Amino acid sequence: MIIAREKKLEDIYSLTSSYQKIMIVGCAGCTAVCLAGGHQEVVRFKEELSLYMKKHGTEAALKGYTVERQCEPIFIFELVERMRNIDAIVSMGCGAGTQLLAEKFDDIPVFPALDTIFVGISRETGLYEENCRSCGDCQLGYTGGICPVTRCAKGIFNGPCGGSTNGRCEVDPDIPCAWCQIYERLKKQNRIENMYAIRRPMQWKNQNPGILIQKGFKKQ
Amino acid sequence: MKEYMKHSTAGENSGKLQRLCRSGDFVVTAELGPPKGNNPLIVEKKASYLAGFVDAVNVTDNQTAIVRMSSIATAALLVRMGIEPVMQMVTRDRNRIAAQSDILGAAALGIKNVLCLSGDHQMFGNHPFCKGVYDIDSIQLVSILRTMRDEGVFPDTGEKIDGAPDLFIGAADAPFSDPVEYRPYRLRKKIDAGAQFIQTQCIYDVKAFREYMRRVRDLGIHEKCFIIGGVMPLKSLAMARYMQQNVPGIVIPESFFRCLASAPGGKAGDEGIKICCDIISELRETDGISGIHVMAVEWEHRVPEIIDKCGLLPRPLV
Repeated sequence: MIIAREKKLEDIYSLTSSYQKIMIVGCAGCTAVCLAGGHQEVVRFKEELSLYMKKHGTEAALKGYTVERQCEPIFIFELVERMRNIDAIVSMGCGAGTQLLAEKFDDIPVFPALDTIFVGISRETGLYEENCRSCGDCQLGYTGGICPVTRCAKGIFNGPCGGSTNGRCEVDPDIPCAWCQIYERLKKQNRIENMYAIRRPMQWKNQNPGILIQKGFKKQ
Repeated sequence: MKEYMKHSTAGENSGKLQRLCRSGDFVVTAELGPPKGNNPLIVEKKASYLAGFVDAVNVTDNQTAIVRMSSIATAALLVRMGIEPVMQMVTRDRNRIAAQSDILGAAALGIKNVLCLSGDHQMFGNHPFCKGVYDIDSIQLVSILRTMRDEGVFPDTGEKIDGAPDLFIGAADAPFSDPVEYRPYRLRKKIDAGAQFIQTQCIYDVKAFREYMRRVRDLGIHEKCFIIGGVMPLKSLAMARYMQQNVPGIVIPESFFRCLASAPGGKAGDEGIKICCDIISELRETDGISGIHVMAVEWEHRVPEIIDKCGLLPRPLV
């Protein structure tokens, strides 16, 4: 799932303070699940932004609406009527959702209310862990299902570096050393030979804007 | 004879460090931290303390992720002074294009020894939110340099290099970092990748290090490379405590704390040097150790005293 968190209110205000009719668009997909941009957050955020504006001597008509998924065009159409007379859009979707809104309503400025931070696991409601950097060349088959690109602070492929103490990363003692975890996992699975072989330099394939056409794609 | 020597391509242009290692001498290297500025005189002053007392001088590469004069430029200044540098190169700050380019430049400037490192994470330095590169890791850098030297090509494309660098390739080793049981195997990976010499993390617990070396010897690794034991004199009790608590892979025996604590006022540094000399003596008697690397941070002027006390003078002329 895509994990996002809300930007500072003052930063969103500085982007939107010169507009009078603002539509805040939530997303019932990932950002709702991670408590960053669903219906409830839209309602709360609308209230907070309104108060903040008043406090700073500006005023705007704020509206809110949450779509099923901001990253799918089919769910964006229902917004068309609602965008009449709107002069700015604030997206509470992820970076993809925000960009689809910006594309569909390209005569209206779109501002992100969230920082999209990672692809991760939902450990508990409100507690998320980053697990994937979408590097485009999945290494998990060699590394016992633990991502070195994401979970190692240096993102190295022949770890662990010298910075591991008591199984923890030198960057932050709260973070386990990914390569210590990989070692233990591979040992448990009798696949420790993976740790003995040199992994060659990564082919970073996701550096250009990606387009994916799946086998199931049928042109309509 | 070291197994590595049998297939080494080291030519006539090889440096002093490599020649001494190959002749079986117990080598001595020390560390020099470049200045936070552009003044070559500071480099020359620090280097002058070490000249004649060590066989080669490591030049750190923006250590602890703090911006300093580049290791290439500093190493080139040493070459100009007639001192042989070991240029450290971290993968934190350069992708494989920059790494290869810098290596060609370094070789052109007369630099013959390179120590390949991943580097201290950028968050520890003075630009904590810069983008760490880590396109490659230290083992991959070793492998790239070996391919450039031995095959005379750029590894990704196989394109021929017009003038391949003749390098003595080194890597670091952290015997006491986790998982300790894996460390000899990771060292083996570095050798398999092409590392010819190894400089270790600071050794204080010689007993634990000897146990580590026993495992290294069991794998036959010491026959395939030159292992240079790292030592760092403790300047004070506070430094010992700091190292123990903050530097991964540093284990300082309790007795050293007692020695430093009981030293008379202002004399803890002398005690630290005595401890350092004792460690060096024990390392000299450890099977598979080819030399020592003295990391005296901002204490370069005390290095000659350490080398002298250990009976490692005069250094051989080659």
